[in-house]
Amino acid sequence: MFFTYFGQYLLLLKAVFRRPEKWKIYRKEIIHEMNEIGVGSLGLIAIISTFIGAVMTMQIAFQLVSDLIPTSVIGQINRDSSILELSPTITALVLAGKVGSSISSQIGSMRVTEQIDALEIMGINAPGYLILPKILAGITMIPALVIMSIFLALTGGLFGGAISGAVTPADYINGITDGFIGYTVAVALVKAFVFGFIITSVSAFKGFYVRGGALEVGQAGTRGVVISCIAILVADYIITALML
Amino acid sequence: MIEVQNIHKSFGSNDVLRGIDAKFEAGKISLIIGGSGSGKSTLLKCMVGLHKPEQGKVLYQGEDFTRMDFENRIPIRKEIGMLFQNSALFDSMTVEQNIIFPLEMFTDMSRSEKIDRANFCLERVNLAGRNKLYPAELSGGMKKRVGIARAISMSPKYLFVDEPNSGLDPETSIVIDELIAELTQEYQCTTVVVTHDMNSVMGIGEYIVFLYKGQKWWEGSNKEIAHTDVEELNSFVFASPFMKAAKERF
Repeated sequence: MFFTYFGQYLLLLKAVFRRPEKWKIYRKEIIHEMNEIGVGSLGLIAIISTFIGAVMTMQIAFQLVSDLIPTSVIGQINRDSSILELSPTITALVLAGKVGSSISSQIGSMRVTEQIDALEIMGINAPGYLILPKILAGITMIPALVIMSIFLALTGGLFGGAISGAVTPADYINGITDGFIGYTVAVALVKAFVFGFIITSVSAFKGFYVRGGALEVGQAGTRGVVISCIAILVADYIITALML
Repeated sequence: MIEVQNIHKSFGSNDVLRGIDAKFEAGKISLIIGGSGSGKSTLLKCMVGLHKPEQGKVLYQGEDFTRMDFENRIPIRKEIGMLFQNSALFDSMTVEQNIIFPLEMFTDMSRSEKIDRANFCLERVNLAGRNKLYPAELSGGMKKRVGIARAISMSPKYLFVDEPNSGLDPETSIVIDELIAELTQEYQCTTVVVTHDMNSVMGIGEYIVFLYKGQKWWEGSNKEIAHTDVEELNSFVFASPFMKAAKERF
């Protein structure tokens, strides 16, 4: 069963990456999708990242009970946790729910109302026209959102630490700058790129092959989110094992 | 001309089409009729390439469409216009955008030429001035007409129509039928209509294929259908007491 679906997924991807009929039309769609996925998710990701950063700072401070450990370590731990794990993974899981379900439902609705059939009859490569712009938007905008999320998580940590009195701003800034390794950001970007691909392609796959009506479109959306989340966590483990 | 030869199609253990042969000529309206589950929509989908038949051929001007890959199908697809049962208009686009979409994809027409063509198509279906409306703002009959306008935007050689009258009142149904007949003459296209509307059968059916349990049970014209002795066809066409009475008057 798994291999049947995986094979179908690979065949769909093959069709997605077929040469576009007209780049001009695709370009317009890509910009539209970048706006939907990227700009449309800014607010949600900003709120989540800021609060996670703030809460992380307080929890790390709570666990650091030894006087021998300087409080600047709070900033260091928060920085590495945010860059390597929290920002890419939490952003991806949130976007799997928000963007993934929207992609599945949109494409699924087009399938059950014969709009995809209409595209195919016109001679348009429906997987390419509908899915390629979403994938390209996902692999560009999700890394951008992750970068923003890292920045806001660290900023949230600064304010959270200062307001709660867990760490002074000076110690916190000292912590996040001390011993910073740029490679960790590269790992985060690789994760974000892969997660962006997973979210858009898996959700589109579930929507593209939906059969039935409104009920099945909803179910496809749910399945798309669940499979995307599991795939994100597996990919997270593999990338971490390979790159660190 | 489109020719289907020995088309077989099944879904699991359910044999939906069992060896269908038919010829659909240019400049004529051909109807595929039959009861629910008789395989008429499946036959139409096999003809346009949405379903792949297990056996048989669909020939467009002698070229076997069923054996072509995606790239080779494109030239024929550009000559196909199709009106779907639920119109299948793109929800996110206005009426005008729906009509010019195939033109944008496959022609190098300028923006003003495309708008002119959209206006011409809309006038042709009596919807002039409705360019900026979205499908959600249209009635069922208007959606069908926009679907027809989109289907004719590329001046099709082959026009496929799936249940054009479903969900429409009798008066609007006749308007749609007349429009299909006019366009068939205008473009001299091969028009294939799937229907179970008896007004359409009697009004525009120049060549009719009656499917029964996945097989071609009868073929002929609307003039011949009234005098047929085929029991299954008679019980389909003249099902109601009114139609039975009408048949006796013929």
